[in-house]
Amino acid sequence: MIEIAEGCALAGLPPMVRLVLQGRAAALEAAAASLGLEAPPPMLRAVSGAGGTALRLGPFELLVLPASEGWAGLDAALATVPHSLVEVSDRNVGFVLEGARAADILAGLCPLDFALSSFPVGMVTRTLLDKAGAMIWRTGAQAFHIEVWRSFGPYVEGQLREVARGISFSLLAV
Amino acid sequence: MLLIDCPYCGPRAEIEFAYGGEAHIARPAADVSEEEWEAFLYLRDNTKGVLAERWRHAHGCGRFFNALRDTRTDRFHAFYEIGTPRPDVGDAA
Repeated sequence: MIEIAEGCALAGLPPMVRLVLQGRAAALEAAAASLGLEAPPPMLRAVSGAGGTALRLGPFELLVLPASEGWAGLDAALATVPHSLVEVSDRNVGFVLEGARAADILAGLCPLDFALSSFPVGMVTRTLLDKAGAMIWRTGAQAFHIEVWRSFGPYVEGQLREVARGISFSLLAV
Repeated sequence: MLLIDCPYCGPRAEIEFAYGGEAHIARPAADVSEEEWEAFLYLRDNTKGVLAERWRHAHGCGRFFNALRDTRTDRFHAFYEIGTPRPDVGDAA
């Protein structure tokens, strides 16, 4: 954890398993069941179960973060339904942005409204962070999980630091 | 900037979207005449008024959808899913 503005920290996440599942309702339901969920999460929501976390990024798409290293159970659950399951673990890098000004920092790079009422805890979406495509997942009132494609990692980290620096200066000026 | 209401994700800023040209253009079978193929590839209505067009939520859910936009005012009248018929909004300005 590195403090990039007063009370706001940015950290890179360690490597983790990421899977993209594309399929119709039957495939999404089978995947949700194998992760220990009652149903696939609704659009733009993330839900965690015993087997891992499912993030609903599109009407026919889930990003799956399995709780363990393997995903044989998920493969078995999907065996009889048409689907596409692709491992993208190395494609993305993850960051955690935490602190009182975390939403303000993201708002400096993205046109979304990060107020708790319109971007509640558990909401996840793909969007743009400055010029790079990114996934933003609110894991707490003041905590965000950010994922970008690996080659955009240094760029996005630099932009987050730059906005945080601007916010720090504006705090000093008050 | 246009505010575009993705049928799956809700209202988002225009920079998240990619434009897909005029909607409801059916691809003809492979054995059509040269003239019909030319019309499919190149000939568009260049509408002045309400135009049905495709958009893709490229930096979001990734889905294509259709929109009715008035080309005179840039005002959107409807957003609807691919495969559904064009809603009737008349010639609203």
